[in-house]
Amino acid sequence: MTDRSFTEIKKRSGTIHLSERAWGYLFACPAFILVSLIALAPINAALWLSLRQQLPIFGIDEFVGARNYLQLLGDERFWAACRTTLYFTALSVSAELLLGFGFALLLNRLSDGAGRGLRWAHVMIILPWAIPTVVSAQIWAWLYQPDFGLLNYLLYAAGMTGGRIDWLADPDWAIHAAVVMDVWKTTPFAALLLLAGLKTVPQELYAAARVDGAGTWEQFRRITLPLLMPVVLIVLVFRTMDAIRVFDAVFVLTGGGPGNSTETLSIYAYKTLFQTLQFGYGSALATAMFVLAAVLSLLYLLLLRRHVQESG
Amino acid sequence: MRRSDDDQAGSTMMVWIRAHGFTACVLLFVGLFCLGPVLWQAVTSLKPDQDLVRLPPLIPERVTSVHYDRVLLQSSLPRSLANSMVVAASATVTAIVVGAFCAFALARLPIAGKSVILGVALVTSMFPPIAVISPLYLLMREFGLRDTLVAVGLTHAVYSLPLAVWLLTSFFQQLPKELYQAARIDGCTPVQALLTIMLPLARPGLAVAALLVFIYSWNEFMFALTLTASDTTRTAPVAVALFPGLYEIPWGDLAAASLVVTLPVAGLALAFQRHIIAGLTAGSVKG
Repeated sequence: MTDRSFTEIKKRSGTIHLSERAWGYLFACPAFILVSLIALAPINAALWLSLRQQLPIFGIDEFVGARNYLQLLGDERFWAACRTTLYFTALSVSAELLLGFGFALLLNRLSDGAGRGLRWAHVMIILPWAIPTVVSAQIWAWLYQPDFGLLNYLLYAAGMTGGRIDWLADPDWAIHAAVVMDVWKTTPFAALLLLAGLKTVPQELYAAARVDGAGTWEQFRRITLPLLMPVVLIVLVFRTMDAIRVFDAVFVLTGGGPGNSTETLSIYAYKTLFQTLQFGYGSALATAMFVLAAVLSLLYLLLLRRHVQESG
Repeated sequence: MRRSDDDQAGSTMMVWIRAHGFTACVLLFVGLFCLGPVLWQAVTSLKPDQDLVRLPPLIPERVTSVHYDRVLLQSSLPRSLANSMVVAASATVTAIVVGAFCAFALARLPIAGKSVILGVALVTSMFPPIAVISPLYLLMREFGLRDTLVAVGLTHAVYSLPLAVWLLTSFFQQLPKELYQAARIDGCTPVQALLTIMLPLARPGLAVAALLVFIYSWNEFMFALTLTASDTTRTAPVAVALFPGLYEIPWGDLAAASLVVTLPVAGLALAFQRHIIAGLTAGSVKG
């Protein structure tokens, strides 16, 4: 049926005469209004706030242009928070990717014979993903408890430590404790995506490679890895975005301490906004965070595009 | 009788292990990694207070329900759970209804700037929540919604809308075009066509989107923390994060509370794991 006759029939039978396009806008309208009001307007307001100095307690509210951003450049605590955030991100994302890849490869071997095993694995693997981050932080806080926590006991029983380590109160350990918790919580997500990717690799490729005498490592390097590259990059983008914004996990586990050793950008921004009530400077901090996240995801997208061009 | 049943179960298990040794090892490893910390929390929630401060034994000698009693009968946690239920349910309904209409327009109706809309949705979901929280707080106060469940539910609905729209758009695109045209020729308005023909067919997609929105809303912390200020509006994750301890942390009560709060989402995730995994991996594999 041609579009024209379709439109004519529709006109004769319809009671409300609106073009398809008008219906389309009508349908999209509620979503547009809600997102504009609750998301876009606050984003704009945050950008605007970042150009102002606002200290409600002193009744200060004035336009200061780029001064907040200039102050940011000289703020040692901001740079420390940047380093902490990037350190946390790099460490947890790479650990999640490696572990997730390992899990996916193992689970992919399972599915060859027993479908039931894979189903059980799915059931177990979805649990850390579904648990509220706040809850998983409390679970780990108890495991890390220095006097009667399970971790210290197991390490001591295995003869790996001389005794009590106060994981969350030691500035060197605390950030790594947060990384371990984050890796536990989010490795399943990486594993699930990579597993789904592995399922799409045609088995004939491996058969052909075996005929050509390629070993397991060679097969992984020449077939699995290149074909999975898009999925790997997607996992990287998702996980990096989340890790850079990390708030709940660190907030509950250490609150940014001890000292400021686990203070990420989100935590610093939160404290600036809600403890010292510097709305302008806090918004500048948050915007800087967004820029950092955007730059990193752009980098990944370029990588992805180059990869697609090379293989296509 | 009982014993021989056990023996039989034992021997079939041995056969199974011999046949699936590798599977068993992998499952044990994955299970220990994923479930270990949660199991320890379950053990903790059943130990009497005086046993919590000594280790070993790993396996408790006595179990008690005192922590669950305290958390469920003597604290404000049930109120927080009810709040979370209201917030998550209303956020899910709002996001799915609004999202379905928008997704259908994007998938099947000739509107301009589709890629711009999807792009804006993506940027919105990328923007760090901490950046919008102070303007959002001021906005809600302006509306008289400060410290209400409506504020939290609405915020959760909007911030999960991009996800719902992306998922549902790809679902509607998979349904044949001709279905919609046929419905229009038969005299349906687009609203009728969507509600009576397209939505029932897109049910699997709606279920996936609804599950992901519900779990997101149930677990969300930062918005819920900043938009609520009192025990009567606090959601469950906020209650767990700000768990009251007078002098020291009541680890047993906290363990019981965290398990109770996890139960609804864990139940959903386990019951619908196939749908959820399909939803999480949709797009990432093909794209």
